[in-house]
Amino acid sequence: MILVVGGEQLDIIRQHAQSTYPEEGGGLLLGRFEDSRAVVSEIRVLPNTWDVDAERRRRYLIPGDVMLREQRAADARDLDVVGYFHSHPDHPAAPSEFDREHALPNWSYVVVSVQQGRAGDVLAWRLREDRSAFEAQPIAIDDK
Amino acid sequence: MSVNIVIPTPLRQYVGGQKKVAVSAATVDQALGALTTTHPDLKRHLYSEDGRLRSFVNVYLGDEDVRHLQHGQTPLTDGAMLSIVPSVAGGADG
Repeated sequence: MILVVGGEQLDIIRQHAQSTYPEEGGGLLLGRFEDSRAVVSEIRVLPNTWDVDAERRRRYLIPGDVMLREQRAADARDLDVVGYFHSHPDHPAAPSEFDREHALPNWSYVVVSVQQGRAGDVLAWRLREDRSAFEAQPIAIDDK
Repeated sequence: MSVNIVIPTPLRQYVGGQKKVAVSAATVDQALGALTTTHPDLKRHLYSEDGRLRSFVNVYLGDEDVRHLQHGQTPLTDGAMLSIVPSVAGGADG
């Protein structure tokens, strides 16, 4: 399963990650599953609601009530949530143990590294079926 | 009584691609039990090793989080709509 995302959408991810630095920022990837591809059509930036101020440099949260609303809204537009993105300020674009514990298979987990305020690597990951680890997911950039 | 459970996108492959699954249950716990008995591959993603619902897995009855009702003991009426909704949480190590 590859992740197909537009160059402009990657720019939105990078810009948002820079705007929330030094805290983590993120949002949902909306689109459709098509054969062996997850095709992103929209980046839905959402606030970081992690409730401990000092921990938002290391934690990002979209709570259940927001996800319920977002999933219903996507469904009404015949879109799926195909994954989500979040930033790792001054850390690599690799998923953490915390990420793994909170992940589900089949979604794309896009992590953007922000080093000293500048967005760098943007990498995508998918959780193994047995939840043991993430595997790198190829990203295809589609600039239609 | 028959209730419907809305399955989030990443878990639909474990229920044959369905968006909703109908089960017969009188409480939320019974509904989730019936769901995971019929579709056992869901279990490891909904429950942790100690048998508790994972912290990021939320269950809504209509618009209400069942944690604000009677948790797993929340009674269900015929035709009730449950939704399994994952919170999204992440963060860097350290």
